[in-house]
Amino acid sequence: MSVLVYIDTLSGSVSKAAMEAAYYGSKIGSTTVVTNGEISSAELEKLGNCGAEKVLVDRSITTNDAGQVSKLITTTAEKTGANTIVTPLDLTGRAVAPRVSAKLKAGLASGVTALPESDGKVKVNVFSGKAFGFVKFNTDKKVIALTPNSLQIEKTGNTAAVEEFSAGVGESTVKVKEVRKQEGDVLLPEAEIVVSAGRGLKGPENWGMVEELAKVLGAATACSRPVADIGWRPHHEHVGQTGLAIRPNLYIAAGISGAIQHLAGVNGSKVIVVINTDPEAPFFKAADYGVVGDAFEVLPKLKEEIEKFKAQN
Amino acid sequence: MKFLVCISKAPDTTTKIEFTDNNTKFKEAGVQYIVNPYDEWYALVRALELKESLGGSVTTITVGPAEDESIIRKALAIGADNAVRVNAEAKDAYFTAFQIAEYAKKGGFDVILTGKETINYNGSQVGGMIAELLDQPFVSLATKLEINGDTATVDSEITGGVEVLEVKTPFVLSAAKGMAEQRIPNMRGIMAARTKPLEIVEAAPCDDLVTFESYTLPEEKTECKYIDPENMAELVNLLHNEAKVI
Repeated sequence: MSVLVYIDTLSGSVSKAAMEAAYYGSKIGSTTVVTNGEISSAELEKLGNCGAEKVLVDRSITTNDAGQVSKLITTTAEKTGANTIVTPLDLTGRAVAPRVSAKLKAGLASGVTALPESDGKVKVNVFSGKAFGFVKFNTDKKVIALTPNSLQIEKTGNTAAVEEFSAGVGESTVKVKEVRKQEGDVLLPEAEIVVSAGRGLKGPENWGMVEELAKVLGAATACSRPVADIGWRPHHEHVGQTGLAIRPNLYIAAGISGAIQHLAGVNGSKVIVVINTDPEAPFFKAADYGVVGDAFEVLPKLKEEIEKFKAQN
Repeated sequence: MKFLVCISKAPDTTTKIEFTDNNTKFKEAGVQYIVNPYDEWYALVRALELKESLGGSVTTITVGPAEDESIIRKALAIGADNAVRVNAEAKDAYFTAFQIAEYAKKGGFDVILTGKETINYNGSQVGGMIAELLDQPFVSLATKLEINGDTATVDSEITGGVEVLEVKTPFVLSAAKGMAEQRIPNMRGIMAARTKPLEIVEAAPCDDLVTFESYTLPEEKTECKYIDPENMAELVNLLHNEAKVI
């Protein structure tokens, strides 16, 4: 079977979510990756290591406008004969996957968390991380939007053949006036480790210790909803039911009580560490490791121990 | 400026999720339904703000059975002028998008707004599908929307930042956090909502592209292991040797 994987590489590199999508495709069939923009061929060749056989790049499309990109995908799918299209459910995937689905009248499974079952059904996130659904496709053509951090890539050691082409998608109907890059080293949706804090930290001036711990761990920082709402932290750091849903390997939460809405956004995490002064905080029920203590004392100590550990390993 | 805001019903955010009929149906007994937060707080409120400054109208559209009228009245109480209900149980996102697109074709709307996702299915599907079915531009995950004449300026979330986009009406947009502040309906709004027009239209024939066959709950977490706050070396040891995450 022939699979087409679309990934957004406008940042100039291949994201972890993109590699996972290529790997997912290679587990179902012979996989071609399609992308656009000014990314180097050397960077794209690496997708072979995730199982992609070929990468097609249209460098004339310089934005991620859903209209242009969905045309790029459908014309390429026609060319390669792909019946299954895979894209990461990242911010671009969210805009593009439904357009492709409607264009091809192909069933869309969004928020997929695992490889298809033997009968073709796929498991998806529903109820904001509080449950999973099993989706059956009623169409021959399928679109799969994959939740980032859902699977472990097995490297193949291969390189993919990169080919430049023009899909002839026409002009964009959306004009990009400006791009503002977010400050910070590790992007939250991609992060393997996340350090998060809530109202228990008492004020934005106390976030230094959260950032310091994140730095020694190579982690991204996040926060609870109240903290974003009162403006202590930017909205894009808010994880929870009405914020971002994340699935890191390790989630460390300090001064967050763990209301059901917050848990919805983080319970896909593999390991959860909760630090809270209140032993009755509901978050401890969802935690793997709990520390009943004051974040102001625990976070700096934890940072110190991580530094010692990093120095030895 | 004519706005069409897509409104979906969702279980209250505190709902404990359970399933019945051999895990094939969401257990609705005792569930309190609300307007999907992204539809209400961001899409609807921003449309109302723009109508207040630019003039025009805000129509809401919902695909759902008669029981959905309580949440439709809530949207009218917040300030929408009129509402449409497509009388059908939505089978999948495509079905919903198809019905909305069919209605929108007749309406001459300048901007169609959806929330970025529903909190029950989280698919982020309906907005993009409507745009495709109407062959209009789609701006997703918008955190800011300004309109000047027939040109809109939109802040849209992208991986690792924000993009400022310019798009001409008509277009479809999905709204994310930051777009507007939640509005609480006042008594006058609630009274007025009772008599605002609610048009009921029958669904157009449409195949469902996917079927949700069954559901499952996440595995229960094992018991939490407590670590002495004075002994963070032990936590680091466990994270490295037991959990193997650092």
